[in-house]
Amino acid sequence: MTEFVAPTVDWAALSPVVIVLLAAVVGVLVEAFVPARARRTVQLTLAVAALAGAVIAVAALWSGVEETGGTVVLGGSLLVDGPTLVLQATIALLALVSLLIIADRTETGEDAFAPNAAAVPGSDYEELARRKGVQQTEIYPLVLFATGGMLIFPATGDLLTLFVALEVLSLPLYLLTGMARRRRLLSQEASMKYFLLGAFSSALLLFGIALVYGYSGSLRFSEISEATQVPGGLDSLLLVGSVLILSGLLFKVGAVPFHTWTPDVYQGAPTPITGFMAACTKAAAFGALLRIVYTMLPGLAWDLGVLLWTVAILTMVVGTVAALVQTDMKRVLGYSSIAHAGFILTGIIALNEAGIVAVLFYLLVYGAATVGAFGIVWLVRERAGGADSPILGEATHLSQWAGLGRTNPLLALTFGLFLLSFAGIPLTAGFAGKFSVFSAAVEGGAWPLALIGVLASSVAVFFYVRIIVLMFFTEPAGAQDEGAAPSSLAPSAEGFALGGDSTVAVEAEPVVQARSTVSTTVVGTEGFAVVAIAVCALVTIVLGVFPSPVLDLIASVATFLA
Amino acid sequence: MHTLTTLAASLPSGMYTDSFSPASETVRAGVLLVAPLLVGLPLLSAAVLLLAGRRSDKWGHWLGVLASAASFVVAAIVFVAMLQRSAESRVIDVSLGTWIDAGAFQLDAGMRLDPLSMTFVLLVTFVGTLIHVYAVAYMDHDVDRRRFFAYLNLFVAAMLILVLADSYLLLFVGWEGVGLASYLLIGFWNYNTEYAVAAKKAFVANRIGDLGLIIALGIMFATFGAVDFGTVLSGADGSASEGTLTAIGLMLLLAACGKSAQFPLQSWLGDAMAGPTPVSALIHAATMVTAGVYLIVRSAPLFDAAPTAQLVVVIVGAITLLFGAIVGCAKDDIKKALAASTMSQIGYMILAAGLGPVGYAFAIFHLITHGFFKAGMFLGAGSVMHGMDDQVNMRRFGGLARYMTITWLTFMAGWLAIIGIPPFSGFFSKDKIIEAAFVPVDGAPWRAWVFGSITMLAAGITAFYMSRLFFMTFEGERRWSTKRDGSAQHPHESPKLMTWPMIVLAVGSVGLGFFLNSGGRFVEWLEPVLGHSEHHEPVLPIWVLTVLTLALVLLGVVIAWRRYAVSQVPVVPPVGTALTRAARVDLYQDSVNDIALVEPGQALTRSLVYADRTVIDGTVTGVGLSTVLLGGWVRRLQTGFVRSYAASMLLGLVVLIVVVLLVQS
Repeated sequence: MTEFVAPTVDWAALSPVVIVLLAAVVGVLVEAFVPARARRTVQLTLAVAALAGAVIAVAALWSGVEETGGTVVLGGSLLVDGPTLVLQATIALLALVSLLIIADRTETGEDAFAPNAAAVPGSDYEELARRKGVQQTEIYPLVLFATGGMLIFPATGDLLTLFVALEVLSLPLYLLTGMARRRRLLSQEASMKYFLLGAFSSALLLFGIALVYGYSGSLRFSEISEATQVPGGLDSLLLVGSVLILSGLLFKVGAVPFHTWTPDVYQGAPTPITGFMAACTKAAAFGALLRIVYTMLPGLAWDLGVLLWTVAILTMVVGTVAALVQTDMKRVLGYSSIAHAGFILTGIIALNEAGIVAVLFYLLVYGAATVGAFGIVWLVRERAGGADSPILGEATHLSQWAGLGRTNPLLALTFGLFLLSFAGIPLTAGFAGKFSVFSAAVEGGAWPLALIGVLASSVAVFFYVRIIVLMFFTEPAGAQDEGAAPSSLAPSAEGFALGGDSTVAVEAEPVVQARSTVSTTVVGTEGFAVVAIAVCALVTIVLGVFPSPVLDLIASVATFLA
Repeated sequence: MHTLTTLAASLPSGMYTDSFSPASETVRAGVLLVAPLLVGLPLLSAAVLLLAGRRSDKWGHWLGVLASAASFVVAAIVFVAMLQRSAESRVIDVSLGTWIDAGAFQLDAGMRLDPLSMTFVLLVTFVGTLIHVYAVAYMDHDVDRRRFFAYLNLFVAAMLILVLADSYLLLFVGWEGVGLASYLLIGFWNYNTEYAVAAKKAFVANRIGDLGLIIALGIMFATFGAVDFGTVLSGADGSASEGTLTAIGLMLLLAACGKSAQFPLQSWLGDAMAGPTPVSALIHAATMVTAGVYLIVRSAPLFDAAPTAQLVVVIVGAITLLFGAIVGCAKDDIKKALAASTMSQIGYMILAAGLGPVGYAFAIFHLITHGFFKAGMFLGAGSVMHGMDDQVNMRRFGGLARYMTITWLTFMAGWLAIIGIPPFSGFFSKDKIIEAAFVPVDGAPWRAWVFGSITMLAAGITAFYMSRLFFMTFEGERRWSTKRDGSAQHPHESPKLMTWPMIVLAVGSVGLGFFLNSGGRFVEWLEPVLGHSEHHEPVLPIWVLTVLTLALVLLGVVIAWRRYAVSQVPVVPPVGTALTRAARVDLYQDSVNDIALVEPGQALTRSLVYADRTVIDGTVTGVGLSTVLLGGWVRRLQTGFVRSYAASMLLGLVVLIVVVLLVQS
């Protein structure tokens, strides 16, 4: 008598992912059935509970994984091992903090998103929606879906799941990018670019998957890895396929030459979404990259090494050099994120356990500083004229940040802290992160990379410190603008004339800004963002001063399940 | 530093271990538990005064006095407790816990309580307290009196760390601390550029000496693997070569030269008189400048094993002894004359310390008596300045004895002590040094005669210039400035707060030497640290030496009496002989320093600055400029068009694939 054996699914091991995705689905239902008044509260509660639940679920799984080394779930499609848990915890935590900034609203009740994303920018319909205070609470399920995809991404055990996870995390992000409340055309343009280039890179990835499948006859990482050990006649098939797969992932992390979307999208997206995207996507994509390089392609380490080396060097150099000439805060941070991708790549190239630990740690500290920094960028606003005049969009031109240290010392200090962490100054978490990736790289024999990394970091200090100097030692721009002729260019308009390397020509609110002088102010909010920024600052300091407990914790589980 | 103190206070008494006695003795160490308060109280007070700021202006000076006095009380308690112990168990190490734990280098912070350190502790806290009291009145009109007391307390704390340290590294902490306090106090009136420059000069000269101490620390660590007194001093006999020990000894001597204003680093002491007079009395006469002597005596086993270093010590002492004495003969500024005399007297101590076991105890003995009579005379000088509108030129004094009786009498006690008239303090201590200098050294018979004669000759010169100072100030005709010269002077006695400390110090100047010398009391007291030294016969009978010395002293006094008390002292200094002119400018020390060190140094700095501007800055600017150019180029690639982005991705991908395939094939 043979009984029917149901396929066993280890739901417990899947719980972080399931919780988040389930909450996302419930969020869609909430949109349909909960009255508009209560939607934001319900959605926010649901999202926070889901992300916190995911963190708790990871914590619950931790000791088991620490003992057994991990579980294979869904017949090998997902691998719940140490790095997976570390990354899932990192992503869920950073998403939780980002969510607070995403959810926050200014004193006048405005969040970062367009009241009605479907309305044509500048149309009467948009104006009507704005005046009625319509808000799009679909943001929350979208963020949860993206987060769900990110949680799957570093845990995948085969190439097909990898691709699905990539799309699950990407599609909501394309959408979220286009939903900025201010400068909507810029936002929509960014969304479009992101989507097109993302689709392009997905196609490359898919093609790569097909080639590798053609070589190995399998989609499983472990089986592909075995196949690469056996000499065959189709090496170039495998190599080209691997390069294409890697390029798909390198696109997501924003590595040169697949980085071109980064500054434009970072600038155009609603700032809280930029923070979320920069921190969490990077963590997820690097997690997947780490797993592929360490478990699927170790046999090709020599052949692909040259690719990774080239990309890492280019990424560090281009990111740093281009950041030097930016005049827009969000673009500076965008290029800085490219440079950081290069630093993290050096840790991946190390190809040793120290490299895994260093990369995982780096993703956490970089993510914390990034979410916090973009949170602050969201708070620094333009104001048309005097103290009572309405608050406009974000004051992203660098010159508008002049003197912020005098008007808002605490905020400027915190921003300075994040910048110092980006720069890798000791006693900030960024230093511990950089130190660990570079030492891992040296240990792995990649000392020239570490050397270039250190040189790039020292150049990068220039533009980080330049911002600090600007905030603390430069007269506020408003002081110079006072009494200027009304026809003079407002800083933000000027920012567009000179600024950045974008060719975006249309500005959503040019009329308002050009009419009078524009000053810089820090907007008051409901307080979520402040909490989130404080948490990020705390993490940056604590991990800077006492990095070893967290490093030890990560090191205790830093082995991939074969 | 304060946490260290509280930490120590909270530790059980088990941390007190006797170096010489079994563990059962530690029980008796109970009362010594208060020892960390010695440093803690003045340090706490300094912190309060500095942190409380202007709020503590009203009571700050009294807090300073109280802290110093309390520290003295603690010192007295510890002293009594130590006296109750047997001589062999008077060396007590107090551990304050691990200080540095860095791989091969481990060091505990701790205090060494022994007769030598207690001698210093008592001197520093007692004289320090008197000078604190004096300064309450002396600094009465200064708006920054509170800050002054904060620095004085800081000094006392640092000096106590210096003498109580049980390792060279902790000693170095105190060493730097007193240097800092000295710098802050010399430049206390730093709105006067000249004073600020004097402070800087003292600081720089001290840094050179500090470098010696740092190098010595390095050699010690390399040789013995430790820097605590126990390991280093016990390792001195046997485990290290004589060359190494000589190197350590010379470096320690360099450190001592910096701190104690010995040749060739002596030039700062005269300028240091820019500080308020209580500072000159406490730091630049009684305590800090004697730290070099302490360092050498503390390191006695090292020097005993390195005769060459000892000889250099004696030579340095002898040169400074004469140097200071000659300079002292020509100075018209009362404080600078006293400073020259301090330099010369410390030369005596250094010389004695260099003589080895026969001299160590007498070096310390002279240090103690000198601490009293020189501090007393400085306070007297301050009192004179107080009564004479801050006039320091002795050619403008004269005949003050009638107007400032207490100052005159106390100063006289100091004067008689320093020139060595029996039975005043200086007679006993200086006479012992002269005797010790005349003790023959095996294999070098010339040494006894050369150094002995120098000490004796210097005693005569000392008698001359100190008498000159005394007579020019208190005897002879009045040469005060009148309305015609600016302001008329009306000398008057100083307030009681100033005179009482002077009286107490005068008592010490009169009787301390006799008291400590009778029955060899002081030498015996120091024996647990310095060991017993057999009595050696000098090359001449002792009574001959004493008589000769006294004859020279009287000769000096008589010459001074004839020239400065009986005959007219010109208000404008005469041209004088070449030697006088040289002595007035410190025997051209500053010029020598300028030519030998300052100018080459400045030339080097200028060329380095030039190289920095052209080569290094040029490179940096060049790199920056080209980076920005590169950035501009990258920026042009970022066109904003999706098509070009996609094209660049594709191009990049193709290039990467080609590269990978090329490498593979």
